Amino acid sequence: MSNAVTFDTRTDTAIPVESPLAFSYRQSGAPRAGSSSRVQLRERAMLGHLILRGGAIVLDEAVRDVLGISLPGKPQALVQDTSGERSIQWLSPDEWLVIVPGGEEFPLETQLRERLGNSHYAISDVSGGQTALEITGEAARELLMKAVIYDVHPSNFPVGKGVTTVFAKATTILRRPSEERWELVVRRSFADYCYRWLLDAAAEYSVNVEQ
Amino acid sequence: MFYIYCPYCGEHREEEEFHPKGQAHIERPKDPEACSDEEWGNYLFFRNNPRGVHHEMWVHAVGCRKFFNVTRHTVSYEILETYKMGEQPSITADSQKQPREPAAVSHQEGVRA
Amino acid sequence: MSQSQQQVFRLKAGGRIDRSRTLSFTFNGQHYQGHPGDTLASALLANGVDIVNRSFKYSRPRGIVAAGAEEPNAIVQLGRAEAAQVPNVRATQQALFDGLAACSTNGWPNVQRDLMGLVGKLGGRFMPPGFYYKTFMAPASMWLTYEKYIRKAAGLGRSPMEADPDSYDHLHQHCDVLVIGAGAAGLSAALAAARGGARVMVADEQEEMGGSLLGSRETLDGTSADQWVARVLEELAGCENVTLLPRTTANGYHDHNFVTLHERRTEHLGETAPVVNGRRPVRSRMHRVRAGQVILATGAHERPLVYAGNDAPGNLLASAVSTYIRRYGVVPGRQLVLSTSNDDGYRAALDWKEAGCEVVAVVDARDAPAGDWVDAARAQGIKIITGSAVIEAKGSNRVTAARVAKIDIEAFKVSSPVQELACDTIASSGGYSPVIHLASHTGARPTWRDDILGFVPGLVKGVHACGGANGTYALGDVLAEGVEAGIKAAAATGHAAPTVNPPSVERLQQGPAVALFQVPHEKPSLRGPKQFVDLQNDVTAAGIELATREGFESIEHIKRYTAMGFGTDQGKLGNINGMAIAARCLNRSIPEVGTTVFRPNYTPVTFGAIVGRHCRDLFDPERYTALHQWHVERGAEFEDVGQWKRPWYYPQKVNGKTETMHEAVARECLAVREKVGILDASTLGKIDIQGPDAREFLARIYTNKWEKLAVGKCRYGLMCKDDGMVTDDGVTSCLAENHFLMTTTTGGAAAILEWLELWHQTEWPELDVYFSSVTDHWATMTITGPESRKLLAEMTDIDLDRDSFKFMEWRAGKVAGVPARVYRISFTGELTFEINVQANYAMHVWQTLFKHGEKYGLTPYGTETMHVLRAEKGFIIVGQETDGSVTPEDLGMQWCVGYDKPFSWIGKRALTRSDTKRENRKQLVGLRPKDPTVVLEEGAQIVFDPKHAIPMPMAGHVTSSYYSPILDSGFALAVVKGGLKKMGETVYLPMADGQVHEAEIVSTIFYDPKGERQNV
Repeated sequence: MSNAVTFDTRTDTAIPVESPLAFSYRQSGAPRAGSSSRVQLRERAMLGHLILRGGAIVLDEAVRDVLGISLPGKPQALVQDTSGERSIQWLSPDEWLVIVPGGEEFPLETQLRERLGNSHYAISDVSGGQTALEITGEAARELLMKAVIYDVHPSNFPVGKGVTTVFAKATTILRRPSEERWELVVRRSFADYCYRWLLDAAAEYSVNVEQ
Repeated sequence: MFYIYCPYCGEHREEEEFHPKGQAHIERPKDPEACSDEEWGNYLFFRNNPRGVHHEMWVHAVGCRKFFNVTRHTVSYEILETYKMGEQPSITADSQKQPREPAAVSHQEGVRA
Repeated sequence: MSQSQQQVFRLKAGGRIDRSRTLSFTFNGQHYQGHPGDTLASALLANGVDIVNRSFKYSRPRGIVAAGAEEPNAIVQLGRAEAAQVPNVRATQQALFDGLAACSTNGWPNVQRDLMGLVGKLGGRFMPPGFYYKTFMAPASMWLTYEKYIRKAAGLGRSPMEADPDSYDHLHQHCDVLVIGAGAAGLSAALAAARGGARVMVADEQEEMGGSLLGSRETLDGTSADQWVARVLEELAGCENVTLLPRTTANGYHDHNFVTLHERRTEHLGETAPVVNGRRPVRSRMHRVRAGQVILATGAHERPLVYAGNDAPGNLLASAVSTYIRRYGVVPGRQLVLSTSNDDGYRAALDWKEAGCEVVAVVDARDAPAGDWVDAARAQGIKIITGSAVIEAKGSNRVTAARVAKIDIEAFKVSSPVQELACDTIASSGGYSPVIHLASHTGARPTWRDDILGFVPGLVKGVHACGGANGTYALGDVLAEGVEAGIKAAAATGHAAPTVNPPSVERLQQGPAVALFQVPHEKPSLRGPKQFVDLQNDVTAAGIELATREGFESIEHIKRYTAMGFGTDQGKLGNINGMAIAARCLNRSIPEVGTTVFRPNYTPVTFGAIVGRHCRDLFDPERYTALHQWHVERGAEFEDVGQWKRPWYYPQKVNGKTETMHEAVARECLAVREKVGILDASTLGKIDIQGPDAREFLARIYTNKWEKLAVGKCRYGLMCKDDGMVTDDGVTSCLAENHFLMTTTTGGAAAILEWLELWHQTEWPELDVYFSSVTDHWATMTITGPESRKLLAEMTDIDLDRDSFKFMEWRAGKVAGVPARVYRISFTGELTFEINVQANYAMHVWQTLFKHGEKYGLTPYGTETMHVLRAEKGFIIVGQETDGSVTPEDLGMQWCVGYDKPFSWIGKRALTRSDTKRENRKQLVGLRPKDPTVVLEEGAQIVFDPKHAIPMPMAGHVTSSYYSPILDSGFALAVVKGGLKKMGETVYLPMADGQVHEAEIVSTIFYDPKGERQNV
């Protein structure tokens, strides 16, 4: 062990939780547009988010053994397991974002720490601090062009890419897990701002929010 | 609005993602206690302000969060190269003197209101 | 009145307007009609409206001069409804729509009968350049008053007083090749680049793409020019890699090929965006384009000739006359005199004649003009007067005659008797000036070319100029240059060069033009009738001459003295003439005088498009904690801390009356001191620090010691910059031997994380340590007050015994069934537990605390109460007690400085600089007002001797000041020169209202000086 402490911040008992967008749904609503909708929003709430820091060589083997997918070494790369439920995204030469189904993050951290032993690395649980917003629909790309300064043209943003960039006046992680799906990973405290911004900008596409 | 090549991300990115951090290659004295007040003052406060090639440190704040260096022409604002922390520039004011005085960038003298 | 009667200057046929439909509009309250395809300007001309405005300074009647962006006079106020008011609209650029309402911005009571004009006539002599500077200089305090009236008289339009019903937005665009201008050059370039496979954007400011080709006499590949345009546009529209943006002005060209394009999406449809499917579409949009390569195909503006009386309605550009006839089917007069220095101008005479109107004469400044168009004019029987110019236009509300004479350009004089030709229209052409505005925005200096008598743009990296913008005017050359630019730009972005053949055009024979910038008059400029150079800013040739006589030599200074090229005009028509006149007066060449720098925006941009969606409740991010809804429902007033919304205080209703802030804060303070209060402290920055060198890193970055902090313990730390000044503070806890949790101030969170990374990445990369922000992951609930232990004990499995869980320690366990870390630290001086849980559980824990807390009198408190409580204890707030010039020693916090740490930590060396060691530095002290009812003003200046003559020496200032409910007295923290050695002394605070407060210097700790209450 690397002499860091781990702490499972989740509990099994039936305690009510509030995702980062819970407040926003109550405050700003969740428009339903049905089939006329050209863009759809959905929060992928309560997932497990870990920040992984360390050297790529040190981490790669452990991640492959424990998670079954290899650590993306190339900048802006996003890899997923076959189910698409678990992903690792390059954030920086020594930093990765791991997203797994909610509840898997603590066992994953524990196993990684066991596997990594005394090497130098860091794992931080940020599951309560961020949330994923999925954007789909034919107008998804144009909607993103309104908010995101990064070039989202398919020639520059193929499937399997993810970047940290500016969203309106906030910061976001933008990723493209599949041909038709985009994902924003936003910090909890900015989630309401981002949500209101998206509703406003997507109104002209008859946005549909799936709760 | 600059378009800056982040040497860690391997891409050009918009200026909004970066913060400028002042002159590059300012090293903290290894033994501060051995510095005279004047030497310490020079380290803290005195910076170059050249007309022409300048080396600056930037951080890709909304991005990979890495610090790196930028060689920029302070008249044309052209970025001549960017390089990682710990590396040395390949383009300097001296190396620039012969070949490439940036063309057609000289400003009109006088007020710019 | 029938339509034909009304539009008396409308041709029966021709032009690109739809005569089958009629649009109604009003101008200055009068009703008129026009057709789809008209601009407001062409419709006004069709209806014979001569005077569209009064001039800025002299209030002279003005008419339409141009047909595009360079129009200096027809600048109108648009909008029927108050909310739809738009100032500064050029009538030449506004498409006509049904119901359009416009009015002049100048002229009182109206443009026809203007009283200000009298002032202008009288004032002409008394309003030389620099008039405003000279007249309204003193007293300086009156300038605001003067300006109000000057602006009203100048009539620069007005902004709406009601909220805009429309929405605006931004689109972030990226492309390989951005083509600006879709005339002959731009379309050829776009076609070449698009065929090469590049991502191409084409922006054009006009209603229709095609530029001058839409009204051209020439043929391309044997078809009419507009047919060629249609074919090219069809091909481009079919390309997936091409974005066509008509009605889109490139208004600013910034660094590294970043260009802003202002797209007017609904301005041609109505004064507000028409509702579609119950929703208003975006009215206008700013495209923020990062282009690999930029092609400037912005064309050229015709230069008018500068002659006396050249500003009266009926004086037009020759090219504008052609455009109105050929594109809009309007002849703007009946009898034309054309004054030209070149062959191009002849087109206006030919078009005028073909429209069936009388060409009185063409007056050509050249002695022996020769060329295809000159021949065509001769063949039409048009009278040509050579070696001559119109030296003066007669008439004030409309041209009535042209005074024509032979001129000697070299000697700058009239060389024959003057003849007067009756006419109602004078068209003039002094050649063309490339539109170099956008290139100029980049800072690149334009180059003068004698062969074209104009400046061509200086080019930065990745930009190409072609066609008129590059000083190339013959159509065949323009098309070839466009293709070449397109190929080059595509290749530069990695796209193979396609083979594109420019269309074939007939090559015209043209004679050389003559350089004529100011036409001589019988009288010298300073005594003769006014010859206008810049019509929008009322700058005359005499004004420029006077400026040079008064000693202004730099063109930038002449510009500012005369106002030439100011404002929304940016010198489109007048600048080259003005520079040439200045050059002649200074006896220098034009390139020596140079040009002024044109600045963004090219034409005015509505604020809505600049702001986009960043307005109203989306103006700036509002960051919320996981407990925000509870605060809202509890009726909290909020305070902005950085981007966070933090509860400020929670006013209650007492006997049907809502508490004031003072009452609420007093109640909250006492609840904490006597029972228990709760604060949402989730906004504090939290940084997870891991690695074997974490402890060493902390020791270098903090002022105090960290080597002995044991697992389970917390410590307060102070951070300095290397100049020794305090920059942040907070508590850091040791979670494990190689694992720490740092807290930062709410506002400092992001900056401190960057600060840690800075030192790690640049100076100490050998230290094995990583930092990650966990601010949002944790929600932090602070319960504080004598009852806090009892309350927490009811809902946790953590042993809270005072000896097993000591002050400045943390424990992990469960609170309300939720995994939690609890920190026993205190910012109030009371017994305190900070409960941290994963943010998704926060609401449950908070509500459970209230369920249990009611019987203990649990009271939520906000940041104001927090401030009072901490100040009573003398705890600093970085940014309030400090301002970047305060050292730990100034704060009396030597106890928090590890002078003997082995590493020379950040800030240490600076503490022994002569200035930081100086006696008499401002030091943090407490102030107790002599009158306990007084609450000193924060920021108030402190003096030792209030009787000292002004200027009094300042001794310091108040940093924090509140009323303390527990002390029932005002109290303050302050920085005072040498304050720590002045305990018990009296200082004075003279206030703006003449009162002088007295206060005693005391300890910063006002309550519980031994710190017993937090240790219970």
